[in-house]
Amino acid sequence: MEWLYIIAASLFVIGLKMLSSPETARRGNVVSAVGMLLAIVATLLKGGLSFTWIAVGFVIGSAIGAVSAYRVKMTAMPEMVAIFNGFGGLASLLVGWDEYHMHRDAPTFTIVSIYLAVLIGGVTFTGSVLAFAKLAELVVTGRPVMFRGQQIVNGVLLAAAVLFGIIFIIHPESHYAVLILGVVVSLILGIFAVLPIGGADMPVVICLLNSYSGLAATAAGFVLANNMLIVAGSLVGASGIVLTEIMCKAMNRSLANVLFSGFGSAAGLAAGAGANGEAKSLSPHDAYFALEAARSVVIVPGYGMAVAQAQHAVKQLGDLLEANGTEVRYAIHPVAGRMPGHMNVLLAEADVPYDQLVEMDAINPMMPTVDVALVIGANDVVNPAAREDKSSPIHGMPIINVDHAQTVFVLKRSMASGFAGVENPLFFNENTRMVFGDAKQTLQAMVNEFKAT
Amino acid sequence: MIAILIFIFVLAAFLGFELISKVPSQLHTPLMSGSNAISGITIVGAIVAAGVAGGEFATALGFLAVIFATINVVGGYLVTDRMLAMFKKKKK
Repeated sequence: MEWLYIIAASLFVIGLKMLSSPETARRGNVVSAVGMLLAIVATLLKGGLSFTWIAVGFVIGSAIGAVSAYRVKMTAMPEMVAIFNGFGGLASLLVGWDEYHMHRDAPTFTIVSIYLAVLIGGVTFTGSVLAFAKLAELVVTGRPVMFRGQQIVNGVLLAAAVLFGIIFIIHPESHYAVLILGVVVSLILGIFAVLPIGGADMPVVICLLNSYSGLAATAAGFVLANNMLIVAGSLVGASGIVLTEIMCKAMNRSLANVLFSGFGSAAGLAAGAGANGEAKSLSPHDAYFALEAARSVVIVPGYGMAVAQAQHAVKQLGDLLEANGTEVRYAIHPVAGRMPGHMNVLLAEADVPYDQLVEMDAINPMMPTVDVALVIGANDVVNPAAREDKSSPIHGMPIINVDHAQTVFVLKRSMASGFAGVENPLFFNENTRMVFGDAKQTLQAMVNEFKAT
Repeated sequence: MIAILIFIFVLAAFLGFELISKVPSQLHTPLMSGSNAISGITIVGAIVAAGVAGGEFATALGFLAVIFATINVVGGYLVTDRMLAMFKKKKK
């Protein structure tokens, strides 16, 4: 059976490699799934297993997994990934716990691994469930929750986790209760770790939790001395870390700053003032005339497009513009939305071909030649204060330079500030026009204007 | 034995860094949900835990682990496939 495990691990690697190009990505996912199937079959063939509960578990799990995968809206993808992640972590916790239950006199290395699997699995589980609840807006607000002494509480929890770990590892046979305490602490720790993180920082947290779920699987691999588990787990662990780093870089913040600062809570509001003046608004009707005359339009989507479910209306407008002879491109900021690549998936859902999507670094030099930049539900990622205002909390974050375009239309509900709580001087620029209202309705109105002529 | 396990962990982690760094940002969401599905590999441990005779409690732990790991695996792969099916190149 070891041979099947080697093939499975190879298929995971090949599958991930194929994910690096849109042409091969879908087949790559199938290759990876075949690897998983092989790993499962190989395990079932090991012998000495009673299949009843395994089969029931497969049926229940497959039903829940398949139904949620088919029913989830593309805009809700971040919370879907978060909750699946949490379940993976929980499974690793349970596997570690079960192994201890069966072999309390296991060698020290196994005991250490069991504790790690339980700890990381627990943090992943509750952290992901809370991230899910925040993203799905099941809890009051996606905003960060901060309270006095939060760091101290976290420190105490972490110290307790380490202390229980040491006690447990020294005398595993007689300390079943300590393992349970470890489980409880890890579950609480997961909640407290995600509590102070809000809104636009979610991409980082999801990447990090993704990495944790991989590490939990790796720990389970150490517990079972199973090489294939270790390989698969570390691939995921590495993947999560790479993505975390990319996200942090795109916000010009350190991971520590994202995790502990409670960015976007009251602290950010005081700074970044000074952008004053009158914002000029425009009706969709007048915006249409400008779009109709434009030779080149760049559309910059943000989380607001997802909230308004406006991706299809965006595509419709884009098509009409193209039919009118206008060059249409979509500029995607790496942290737009609530998970890495969120906007790409939404636009793909609306049938926007991916070769029309341009990354931030590629579009910025071309901005001055763009007639109209259409900002849809994005705010912080187009805030010129990040480039110019040293006192701004988001100073240094790379942005899409829409303010360099000839004209900027900002589709927005109101003048409220973005997630970072920072005023956006873009709204007051000479070449900026605000088109207030629900993004989807505004776009629809523009589409209707096009169709009427 | 322990050294070999850790050796494999370190090499696989480096391989992971290399592989993932090459994935373009437009595919980051499917990458996350796809790698997420792979982290459901812990299902291998869950199967053994649920199938080996070791008393009711151990079976219950294993059974739950199988359910959650299966959701992770099946849901992860299906949702990734659904997303990737939508990525299309411009028709010429």
